[in-house]
Amino acid sequence: MTAQPRLVEVRSRILKENDVLARQLRERFQQAGVCVVSFVSSPGSGKTTFLEKLMAGLSARHRIAALVGDLATENDASRLGRACSQVRQITTGTICHLDAKMIAAAIEGWRLEELDFLFIENVGNLVCPSSYDLGEQMRVVLLSATEGEDKPLKYPTIFNTADVALITKMDLAAAAEFNLDEARRSILSVRPGMRILQVSAKTGEGIQETEAWVESLRAPQPKQHSDGYI
Amino acid sequence: MHELSIALSMMDRIREESVRHSGTVRSAHVRIGVLSGVDSEALRFAWEMARAGSELEEAELEIESVPLRVRCPVCGVTRTAEIQSIACPHCVTPEQDIVEGREMELTALEIDS
Repeated sequence: MTAQPRLVEVRSRILKENDVLARQLRERFQQAGVCVVSFVSSPGSGKTTFLEKLMAGLSARHRIAALVGDLATENDASRLGRACSQVRQITTGTICHLDAKMIAAAIEGWRLEELDFLFIENVGNLVCPSSYDLGEQMRVVLLSATEGEDKPLKYPTIFNTADVALITKMDLAAAAEFNLDEARRSILSVRPGMRILQVSAKTGEGIQETEAWVESLRAPQPKQHSDGYI
Repeated sequence: MHELSIALSMMDRIREESVRHSGTVRSAHVRIGVLSGVDSEALRFAWEMARAGSELEEAELEIESVPLRVRCPVCGVTRTAEIQSIACPHCVTPEQDIVEGREMELTALEIDS
């Protein structure tokens, strides 16, 4: 008898495993009361420098941990380690993005309930990270003033799937003849209504505003810390 | 390029689904949205590498590209939109609800029984 091919309907998300794990992580983070924010951008747009600055300010008032993804080296973890209590480098080898499984493995042994914030610095890449949910509460995309203003138009998916855009290296804007209005228009055309913050880790421009925004993400109920203060 | 990771995940899904249906998988049908972050050509290329030497070596990949469809929360119009200009052309409301375009799913398998 000749085999008759038949079409079987299935409905399965290709990244189901990642999505399920990300959802579990999100629930764990919520239960522990830790606010998780991830950062994506192209390589060299200033994620690590910005995070160093942001964490330096926040660490006086909050307990912060960070995960940082790179293909190789522990350099970024060493830098971020100076500004927060716990940091782990995720070296991905040849993989161009972080996924939920890497996050779950990296936070193993951490007492999440003792943290206020967990910042995740993704591998520098404007394409691949957009497909992977990490269980974060917010995703921030960075665009530096030394990159083209039309980058959001060229890489729309990453901007569309992020929640907030940060324009970094604003101290270099004049030298790079960066057109801020055009950059904002580009961002808003692919992600209408997106919140855009402008920062410079060098001059401190916008850092306080960003700190205030990050703090506003925390649950409205102040958390009772294990050592008694609220 | 993360399409190889996607192709490997796709193989996991196909294996999961095909155990319920005995036979050889001839083709796998997937829907890839324009906002999924996956490039169809790169996925085809990755699929060739992923299936080589496996029990799915014979399985062809059928990709249906899903355009971005948005619904205006103000005037209610649902339409296909370009990703670079999402705002509603009718009432100029900038923020639109995404109806389709984020898909990355396995939808059907063609199986020799």
